[in-house]
Amino acid sequence: MAKLKIALYWAASCGGCDIATLAIGDKILKLAEAADIVFWPVGLDFKYADVEKMPDKSIDACLFNGAIRTSENEHIAKLLRAKSKLMIAYGSCSYEGCIPGLSNFYDRKTTFERAYIETPTTDNPKKILPQTKVKVPEGELELPEFYDTVKTLAQTVDVDYFVPGCPPEEKTTWLALEALITGKLPPKGTVISHSIKAVCDECPRKKEEKKIKKFYRPHEITPDPEKCLLEQGLLCYGIATRGGCGALCPQANMPCTGCYGPVEGVIDQGAHFLSALSSIIDSNDPEEIQKIIDDIPDPAGTFYRYSLPDSLLRRARIK
Amino acid sequence: MGNFEPKIIAFCCNWCSYAGADLAGTSRIQYHPAIRIIRVMCSGRVSPLFVLKAISIGADGVLVLGCHPGDCHYIEGNYKTLRRIPLLKRILKQFGIEEERVRLEWVSASEGARFAEVANSFTQSIKNLGPNTLGHLKQSSKEAKHG
Repeated sequence: MAKLKIALYWAASCGGCDIATLAIGDKILKLAEAADIVFWPVGLDFKYADVEKMPDKSIDACLFNGAIRTSENEHIAKLLRAKSKLMIAYGSCSYEGCIPGLSNFYDRKTTFERAYIETPTTDNPKKILPQTKVKVPEGELELPEFYDTVKTLAQTVDVDYFVPGCPPEEKTTWLALEALITGKLPPKGTVISHSIKAVCDECPRKKEEKKIKKFYRPHEITPDPEKCLLEQGLLCYGIATRGGCGALCPQANMPCTGCYGPVEGVIDQGAHFLSALSSIIDSNDPEEIQKIIDDIPDPAGTFYRYSLPDSLLRRARIK
Repeated sequence: MGNFEPKIIAFCCNWCSYAGADLAGTSRIQYHPAIRIIRVMCSGRVSPLFVLKAISIGADGVLVLGCHPGDCHYIEGNYKTLRRIPLLKRILKQFGIEEERVRLEWVSASEGARFAEVANSFTQSIKNLGPNTLGHLKQSSKEAKHG
């Protein structure tokens, strides 16, 4: 059997997903037996021109990590879509927008001002901001355009599968790669994970009736190691997050932050978490309820930490 | 903004507020026609998702109407709503959407006049706010898949 051809790419991401693909350990030898990597900017020296020369649909699968934030991200996403039989959104950024997607609470102008002018460690007295074209003595230099709104991969090109996680756990990555290698592919549009249920389903903590009088941030309390973190007032996102990770964070005494995305069938993870969380507030007095809610410092950023571009509203309205 | 006729979605609970709206109708109390009623079994059934969906496809305002506290047919559904709406409003603010676009009110089955009063005062406040500009948001393929 001919070897599979696999491409890997990173768009607006931190690089963690590329490391996660290596985290499969010795299984990487099985991957190397079954597949050739034909494009991988982080690991191998291929150029965009090499990809452009490949015939359409000549790559068997592309593992695309990172969100779509610049014209370069968008161009390569479209190019790789044309060259690949299967397009896989690998990791939370390409699946839902993730942390880069949080800049959808702002726009290009405010993001640039923050990043290049306001941050305390920045020394930029001339207030120089990135431009798409700059004239220098040697000629004109070009940079990709930075968009106002971060998009997910599926909002840009047709996507066949989604691999959740920030970054995807080793076993989740292997579940996807194994499906590719063996050719036993799930139906199109599947979010590839070991579970379609919530993280709570995998979490070994003791769960009783949930009633919350006060919300805490992780540094404010030392949680009981046995008891459900949400019941202790920590904003544990497990109730609204797809499992498959093995509930690693709650087992390390840290609340789940929601990186595996919504459970099966849910279209707006933040709204579902909001719904579940607010209904377990232990008060019927409007003033007390307001006080309890005010303890959450940044609710929209917390509830949509990984999924703002993929949410119903997609971005904040900037006046 | 003179001719701005808002589109307002009102989620009415089956047991109190929908009956209240019905009473307003049978009593021939006139209220502003901007209100589009959607009947739900309980105000507690109104997921924040419904409100966000309405706003994302262009509703100018969303009313959530339920039984008065203590009167819920399901004992505590309206208390869940009471806790949900303030948190939802905080989120809307962060999304740059005026929190006044969402209002929670209690209307019982005997309060036809109150229903009309709430409908009119909310319509007026939305008229003062102006149109919701988010209506241009298109459905992504993923949403379409889920209906």
